[in-house]
Amino acid sequence: MTGKEYRTITDVKGPLVFLNKTEPVAFGEIVTLRLSNGTIKNGQVLDTSDDLVIVQVFEGTSKIDRESGVTFMGDVFKLPVSTDLVGRILDGAGRPRDGGPEIVAEEKADIIGAAINPYSRQSPNDFIQTGVSAIDLCTSLVRGQKLPIFSASGLPHNDIALQIARQAKLKDSDEEFIVVFCAMGITAEEYNFFRSDLERTGALENAVLFVNLADDPAVERIITPRLALTAAEYLAFEKDYHVLVIYTDMTNYCDALRQIGAAREEVPGRRGYPGYMYTDLAMLYERAGIIKNKKGSITQFPILTMPGDDITHPIPDLSGYITEGQIVISRELHQQGIYPPINVLPSLSRLMGSCIGEKTTREDHKSVSDQMYAAYAQGRELRGLVAIVGEDALNERDKQLLDFSGVFEDKFLRQTRDEDRSIEETLDLCWNLMAAIDTKYLVRLDQKWIDKYHPDNRA
Amino acid sequence: MSNEGVIYRISGPVVTATGMKAAMYDVVRVGEEGLMGEVIELHGDKAVIQVYEDTSGIRPGEPVLNTQETLSVSLGPGLLTQIYDGIQRPLPTLEEEMGVFITRGVDADAFDLEKIWTFEPQVAAGDEVVAGQVIGHVQETETIVHKIMVPPTVGGVVKSIESGDFNVTQTVCVLEDGTEMQMMQKWPVRTPRPFQQKYAPETPLITGMRILDFLFPLAKGGAAGIPGPFGSGKTVTQQSLAKYSDAQLVVYIGCGERGNEMTEVLDEFPHLIDPNTGKPLMERTVMIANTSNMPVAAREASVYTGITIAEYFRDMGYDVALMADSTSRWAEAMREISSRLEEMPGEEGYPAYLSSRIAEFYERAGRVETLNGDDGSVTVIGAVSPPGGDISEPVSQGTLRIVKVFWGLDAGLARQRHFPAINWLNSYSLYPQSLDQWFRDNISQDFPEVRTQISGLLQIESELQEIVQLVGSDALPTDQQLTLEVARMIREFFLQQNGFHDVDAYCDIHLQYQMAKAILSFQDAAKSAMANGAVLNDVVNVPARSDLMRGRFEKGYIDVIADMVKKMTDEIADTVEEN
Repeated sequence: MTGKEYRTITDVKGPLVFLNKTEPVAFGEIVTLRLSNGTIKNGQVLDTSDDLVIVQVFEGTSKIDRESGVTFMGDVFKLPVSTDLVGRILDGAGRPRDGGPEIVAEEKADIIGAAINPYSRQSPNDFIQTGVSAIDLCTSLVRGQKLPIFSASGLPHNDIALQIARQAKLKDSDEEFIVVFCAMGITAEEYNFFRSDLERTGALENAVLFVNLADDPAVERIITPRLALTAAEYLAFEKDYHVLVIYTDMTNYCDALRQIGAAREEVPGRRGYPGYMYTDLAMLYERAGIIKNKKGSITQFPILTMPGDDITHPIPDLSGYITEGQIVISRELHQQGIYPPINVLPSLSRLMGSCIGEKTTREDHKSVSDQMYAAYAQGRELRGLVAIVGEDALNERDKQLLDFSGVFEDKFLRQTRDEDRSIEETLDLCWNLMAAIDTKYLVRLDQKWIDKYHPDNRA
Repeated sequence: MSNEGVIYRISGPVVTATGMKAAMYDVVRVGEEGLMGEVIELHGDKAVIQVYEDTSGIRPGEPVLNTQETLSVSLGPGLLTQIYDGIQRPLPTLEEEMGVFITRGVDADAFDLEKIWTFEPQVAAGDEVVAGQVIGHVQETETIVHKIMVPPTVGGVVKSIESGDFNVTQTVCVLEDGTEMQMMQKWPVRTPRPFQQKYAPETPLITGMRILDFLFPLAKGGAAGIPGPFGSGKTVTQQSLAKYSDAQLVVYIGCGERGNEMTEVLDEFPHLIDPNTGKPLMERTVMIANTSNMPVAAREASVYTGITIAEYFRDMGYDVALMADSTSRWAEAMREISSRLEEMPGEEGYPAYLSSRIAEFYERAGRVETLNGDDGSVTVIGAVSPPGGDISEPVSQGTLRIVKVFWGLDAGLARQRHFPAINWLNSYSLYPQSLDQWFRDNISQDFPEVRTQISGLLQIESELQEIVQLVGSDALPTDQQLTLEVARMIREFFLQQNGFHDVDAYCDIHLQYQMAKAILSFQDAAKSAMANGAVLNDVVNVPARSDLMRGRFEKGYIDVIADMVKKMTDEIADTVEEN
């Protein structure tokens, strides 16, 4: 149903258009605006009453005047979905960006997405091998998990995300992921980097890209991730694919949210971000998971850049409360020339416990992971002490741990951008590195694993 | 004016209706689909409604129907083992009705109204019954007898009472004045259920977690707050409490938290055994799951739904523990709705009534004399998720002003993999005075003194650590080095506890006392050995000490700990002779 065209705009403010004297308009309804110069813009109803309707315009309000025509489309925002999406590049509002034809819809899906009934979910417990030692050992990724990368400007989070997208697979399986890539306000250069890498590896054929670049309308960013997740849900839960959703950069998304909040003169929460940002972010992140009796899954890899490297900033803070862990990228390690510069100490995977061990990875995984973490943490702490009292003041144990922290970064963390280590290789590497520490200091390793895996006992 | 009005305005979860007769907190049906909502503000003839379901696609002009009822929960046999959303709709039923995604416009009974229960009368015709009196029993699960009570507003002489098999809507008792009673009753969630009087709590809620029971005990009927940044273990702590605490019934509210986490609880609980009764944990549990992406207004209601159910079981004379994870999400739901109402905000955008709502909620905890003269309690344990881990924010502060127990989770400890990551220096409990008598009578006469010694050692350690940071531990005199060793033993042997370990996850309170005594025995033995010339390093490294410490992971530890302590002190005494 396409309704009448109204010319009753009263106010235009930031991304919002206010109009009055309309027929009843539905909350969330899609709106088309026709400008005097013929341009068409799209929007969505944010607030509706008998007297006043507030419309949020995705493409920005430039050139909109009180003469512009407004048509209410009689429906909420829906994305045409079909398996034809795979291999396509779309813009931030879901229109083809690759010069290809429009998507022929098998069905149209509401982009807001409904919450999965917690009772209908299935606990995620399939280990995903990323081939990146730091992640596989210390923050193991599980199919159906949402694990963000907390990074900051100038750090190689894009390389890490791409490496994971390339290498991620279930252990002992060739089953590949469909990658749904969602760009929000990133630069054309970054986008080209992603795109050419996906092209180079042939992954583009198995990917769907939704792209909103830095010079595209900011408000459009609000819907871009919802489109991407709607496509992901269709592919995962209707078509049985395992989908990996990478979205970057959540910080730009949150800034767009703040922009709309400010234009509506809402009461701001911390740092000007709207009070409902937690709920809003949850409505994206919670769309990860596995559903009972369905074959597919959605795993999410959101990337966010922490303003000022501050992990207590509302964006990483609220994300951390919703996601199932985080991978923290360290500027210090990056400056030492280590790739991937993952700081394992504040990193965490909440679902790790359910996916590692004898049946899935290897029996010694937990023990080795705890010991590597503890030894590295202690070694790092000793660095501070050494700066004050000098290395000579350390006892034998502390010296070994201090040396180990350097080896950990140089040999364990460091790997090349196309190095794909199996979990066994990672674990064996750990044992070789830990051999430099006297076994009596390796208190977190079970004796039976020392007997079985320690290089001294293997030879 | 009639009960029917029309929609005037829609803004997210807030809908305004005109032309409808309405009172505050009336439950209304909004739009053609009849979405459930609640009146939260009146302006002239406009009623502002918070809607518990998604409002997209609803238009001004659609009808609104006032049911004239307030938001209520159904109470009766069938509650236990259920899992509800924030407004008491069972999630399994929702799955049947609408599939795996939660859509809207579906009503569901809180429990099976047709299920037959065996009603055993406890009164006879001609007896006078008062409000709250138990008129019959239903064995709801293996462990829990569901007591059918006279509703709090009713009383009189029994004309007739049934015995045998009935469903919850059939009349089982009729009074002389014609009042009919069924096994199911309703109660408005925002009104606390009445009782005769509140008592001072004097029995501890034993949780099996050493740092909580021993250092910072919580009373049955008390209230505790657990603030902590993300990743510090709030949810794990709450789940451990739900699993192991010695409450007879547990109400677990997952308020605005992760879907996968709730699923984990749902998968895990039916397989877990209650260490206090040996029966499946699910049989004593009611769960409420309103995850972060489910409608925000239902999240606001979820804590009230939970506490009303808890109060209902309290009125039967049970000790009920309620866990709310997390109250910050509840507060944020209030903030979101308040900002839609364009109310003048208080601190950080939260409504000005935030702290009074928090206080009212925690005040529904307590140990009471019920209407029927029984003794029951509701213990409330609320998790708080302060932004950035900074507890100077309004929700943490509002909580700390009212609760008497503060279990402060610490990101630093979590990072050191010290779990539970509860900071022993800033946590507190105001209950020891009222609980000490119980500990003296039931565990040991010197229990409070042992606690004081343990916490004193931890205090001294924190002071010594400051010096150690500057000069290194070797520069300290040996007696202070020993104190550091003893404190380290307290931290690693006593305070740390592996919530996922078969044996260590739950520690009997008697064993807790023995373990604390073992640490003090070590200290005494070491002191006297060193006074006679023993070397600290030898004393610390006696093999029996590490055996003692490792022993806590083995079953039957409580039977052997005394011998292990004896062996340790003997070995320590021997170190004197070596020199």
